Amino acid sequence: MEHKPPIAEIRNLHKSYRRGELIVPVLHDITFDIADGEFLALMGPSGSGKTTLLNLIAGIDKADSGVIRIGGTDITALSETELARWRADHVGFIFQFYNLIPVLKAIENVELPLYLSGLTAKERREHAAMALKLVNLAHRMDHYPRELSGGEQQRVAIARAIVTDPAILVADEPTGDLDRVSAEEILGMMERLNHELAKTIIMVTHDPRAAQRARTLRHLDKGYLNDGRS
Amino acid sequence: MVVLKILIRNAFRNKLRTTLTIFGVAIAILSFGLLRTVVSAWYAGVDASSATRLITRNAISIIFPLPLSYKDKIRQVEGVKTVSWGNWFGAYYIEEKNFFANFCVEPVSYLELYPEFVLRLDARRAFLNDRKGCIAGRKLAEKFKWKVGDNIPLKGTIYPGTWNFVLRGTYKGRDKTIDETQFFFHWDYLNETLKKTAPGRADQVGFYIIGVSRPDLAADVSTSVDRMFQNSYAETLTETEKAFNLGFVAMTEAILTVIQVVSLVIIIIIMAVVANTMAMTTRERIGDYAIMKTLGFGGREISILILGESLVITLTGCIIGILLTFPVARIFSQELAIIFPVFNISSETLYLDLSAAVVVAFAAALIPTRRAIRIRIAEGLRRVG
Repeated sequence: MEHKPPIAEIRNLHKSYRRGELIVPVLHDITFDIADGEFLALMGPSGSGKTTLLNLIAGIDKADSGVIRIGGTDITALSETELARWRADHVGFIFQFYNLIPVLKAIENVELPLYLSGLTAKERREHAAMALKLVNLAHRMDHYPRELSGGEQQRVAIARAIVTDPAILVADEPTGDLDRVSAEEILGMMERLNHELAKTIIMVTHDPRAAQRARTLRHLDKGYLNDGRS
Repeated sequence: MVVLKILIRNAFRNKLRTTLTIFGVAIAILSFGLLRTVVSAWYAGVDASSATRLITRNAISIIFPLPLSYKDKIRQVEGVKTVSWGNWFGAYYIEEKNFFANFCVEPVSYLELYPEFVLRLDARRAFLNDRKGCIAGRKLAEKFKWKVGDNIPLKGTIYPGTWNFVLRGTYKGRDKTIDETQFFFHWDYLNETLKKTAPGRADQVGFYIIGVSRPDLAADVSTSVDRMFQNSYAETLTETEKAFNLGFVAMTEAILTVIQVVSLVIIIIIMAVVANTMAMTTRERIGDYAIMKTLGFGGREISILILGESLVITLTGCIIGILLTFPVARIFSQELAIIFPVFNISSETLYLDLSAAVVVAFAAALIPTRRAIRIRIAEGLRRVG
């Protein structure tokens, strides 16, 4: 069987925040790999550093030291502009509070990342419509976020995350603001993206039921990675 | 472009705040435009001056007269084409509140020197043939509803008594910068009456108007005229019409300075109002900007969003303000025609309005834009939810 290299290699990662005069360490010497096509759940109590780790892997925050290599690219060495371009090309984002632009319709929100792709207006619209169809929201494309339920908004967010066909999806508490039924629906959708489209998913969650849907589980505690992986 | 779509929709996201800000900008631009127009109106006489006309007055002060006999001597100066003369009459119509500029002039030479006062040929002929005849500007005649042939009694202040004139015509300005609120009658009528009632005041002229053949002769002619009457009992001061009119403006320079300062203060106040609005909107939308940055959009797009929103709000207010300026200025012009005979909104004022709006928009968006660009994505995302 062919050995696939890991999609993400994280080495000796350190991160701390400054609060006034105080320096608060958040992550200590984190080292691990994420296999290509993995569905990884990061769990841990509040303040354990899981969202910070997710932000570093997704390139929306900078580490103090250490290396993060994604698909062979050392993203810690990229400038802000290069990192923005890299995020647009390689990462899809799903947030707890959906983070849709309220003045844009569902389809316009999904189209948003495509404006940086060089596609024509027609192509953008077609891609966005297809992504909305994948999350079963084709009939709600002309609705504004305020006109959609929480579950529907999160499905729009998923459509926005996959519309550029990124290799990695990062999800920060994707079910944290949803009722149980909607949460199950979103998790099922993420499972399908992982199984059927081979997307690598890194999900931060508090919810053990959500974590059970992942193939791999890692725990963070007080900024340290617990090696007792399951 | 999606950025344009977002910024326009963002601008009207908080309708009440945006409406109030636009209203504030509109009122500020209206006030600014009106104050600038007042300043322009102040200089209207200066702007309408001719480079080929000189004014000769008593060197001590304009209130002292010059002898009528000077006219023949002035005519002999090289470069002088026409000489006219007149007096400030200073009368009012029925009541003191009906005051307007009224002069007695030597009509033939005066109308020759002022071709910008457009008078129909038959009216001109009727005026010249009637010693008690007078002409009035179009706006003045409209204000008092005078018609040609009407008897117009003026009550004198400098020359006491009631003076009766017959309106022989109304003149129009050649363009909109010409004062259409003046009143002229024959100098001879005043002089002949004075010869009978106050002989000591007869044959006295308030000012001479000298027409020169070319503007470049103005300096030489002025020097020659003044030198001619040097050491006489009534020495003269000759200057270009523009300098003469500027002398009047200079007397009220302090008021003009105050008006200009107030117009600047208005712009600074509205800048603070728009800056406050932009600071609030940017703070509210910091999560949106963080999401856009997360998706790969850069500082350029975020700047366009904030600066664009500021421009949309400010320019909307500016356009409303400019549109309001025209009817308000028309009302001003009608009500204050005697104080500001020429009250026109100049294109320069409109450019200043637009420039002020653009400066306000950029200045107000500067700090919020800097803050939005610099904020870390992770910090911005924490503000959502």
